[in-house]
Amino acid sequence: MQETLGHGMNPESPQSNSNQFEPLLRVSGLSKQYVQRRPFSRQKIVVSAFQDVSLEVFPGETLALVGESGAGKSSLARCIALLERPSTGKIELAGENLLALNRKQLFPIRREVQMIFQDPSSALNPRLTACEIIAEPLLIQGEGTKPQRRARALQLMEQVGLDSAQEHKTPLEFSGGQRQRLAIARALALSPRLLILDEALSNLDAANQTLILELLADLQAAHSLSFLHISHDLRLVSEFADDVAVMYQGRIVESKDTRKLFTSPEHSYTKELLASVRSVESILLERSA
Amino acid sequence: MRYLARRLLHSMLLLLAVSIFSFAILQLAPGDFFTPLSVNPQISAHTVATLRSQYGLDKPFPIRYEHWLRSVFRGDLGLSFASGTPVAPLLVFRARNTLLLTGTSLLLAWMLAIPFGIWSAARRGKWTDRAGGVVTSSFLTIPDLVLFLALLLLAVRTGWFPTGGMMSARFDDLGVGGKVQDVAAHLFLPVVGLVLATLPPLVRHIRSAMIEVLEAPFVLAARAHGISERRVLLRYALPVAANPLITLFGYSIAGMLSASLLVEVVLSWPGVGPLLVDAILAKDVYVVVAAVMLSSVFLVAGNLVADALLFATDPRIRTEQIN
Repeated sequence: MQETLGHGMNPESPQSNSNQFEPLLRVSGLSKQYVQRRPFSRQKIVVSAFQDVSLEVFPGETLALVGESGAGKSSLARCIALLERPSTGKIELAGENLLALNRKQLFPIRREVQMIFQDPSSALNPRLTACEIIAEPLLIQGEGTKPQRRARALQLMEQVGLDSAQEHKTPLEFSGGQRQRLAIARALALSPRLLILDEALSNLDAANQTLILELLADLQAAHSLSFLHISHDLRLVSEFADDVAVMYQGRIVESKDTRKLFTSPEHSYTKELLASVRSVESILLERSA
Repeated sequence: MRYLARRLLHSMLLLLAVSIFSFAILQLAPGDFFTPLSVNPQISAHTVATLRSQYGLDKPFPIRYEHWLRSVFRGDLGLSFASGTPVAPLLVFRARNTLLLTGTSLLLAWMLAIPFGIWSAARRGKWTDRAGGVVTSSFLTIPDLVLFLALLLLAVRTGWFPTGGMMSARFDDLGVGGKVQDVAAHLFLPVVGLVLATLPPLVRHIRSAMIEVLEAPFVLAARAHGISERRVLLRYALPVAANPLITLFGYSIAGMLSASLLVEVVLSWPGVGPLLVDAILAKDVYVVVAAVMLSSVFLVAGNLVADALLFATDPRIRTEQIN
């Protein structure tokens, strides 16, 4: 339990908004192993992506998951988004154990958890138009008529700061930042409660990072969205995350309120990470200003 | 439209270049159709010289090329020395037979390759996919000649299929239905040979193109929406994987006249293949040039069809035209 985020129940936390909320997402004891065959041999080796991961994300809050590449962050994200099946453990969304559900029972729940990927160019179907891309989740979930879906798509385009007059353009005709906005609009189409951002900002330039972060913050406030934000950029994390979980070699080694993590890191890897960020204090000063 | 018009102009220039090139290459070969006559002691050198000048073989290259070009515009593609008739009707008759064979095989090969490729991509890594991989690579390693000879052996031993030719001796006495059936029976063996030879690489290409797309993040995103496997394969993976496959389809149209050369010779299908082999051996130049030209026309046409299809299916190609 030491790895579980206790932010919502932590009276010392400045952002605790004294919530008696149940966590929206509760992951406990989650592990994922892959079986790899040795070359020229029948021998199989078990590769562990992550082990015994527990975390909680509260409604309307952001949990950042940081760690070096290969730490198992993306595998974890894919398991939580139900794109892969974890080997052991429990994923509960609003109290419901998702791993106990079969494919059919899972179908309506998929809308609750949506994912945004690192590279927006490969995350959008190059053959569809902007409007079709955003309407596609609605179509898959069998929602509304065609004109209704289009109207919703256009509304979403405006909401994420895209000109809805560009509905007939294909992803290729948009810039990197615009593509990521398109991906966000698509993720919002089904009104999810949890957005998983898998390095969603790392392919963008600094100006676009700030703009997209602002957009995400606005959307979070408007829809009480929860974010699980996977990142390796501690500077960015300090700006938006309520809590931070640090992942190291497939395990969560430290997990606490962002401010606390930055001021009193415990695990040696966390300290190492923080040391690599220049002038943490100045950022924190900026933040509290 | 300007895109296609430009492509068409390119194609015409390419054909012209091919004709000059193939003409020039044939000049380099030693001897001509009448060389065997000149070593025959019963035929005087004068007679051979007369024959040469009659057929214009004594003229310099540019003039002969010009004559040939004129005959192309007349529509007879020069004269066949061996048969003494214009090349065009000879070639058209043979090309029709070849196209019947290759068209049927091409259609069949693609109709089998697409579902089979999609199926193994959808089951990648599973034992059914691996078994399919073993089968396709076995067929890839068997030389076509061995394959065709094996089919010939099978047909001769069992007597299930007619071997050689494209119709029976009693063809003229048959009704319309009977004629179709007769040609189909003769077509069966060479079609099976060609399909077996062309199917494995097609399946491989379709499978790998599909797998590449299936691993793309936008497919993951769609899976997160709860998309059905069928829709992933047909609406996401196939259209996005289509570009290299359309180009490949263009190539297979391009090869329609030449791909069947071997099967036609081995299984005696009266197509362009045997005609071309005979013409090369006899140095019947205009037949060779015409066959090469027809092949090039198919190459150009195949590429044009592929370009047109890409233009129609891929918004990205159309987009670049505006900018």
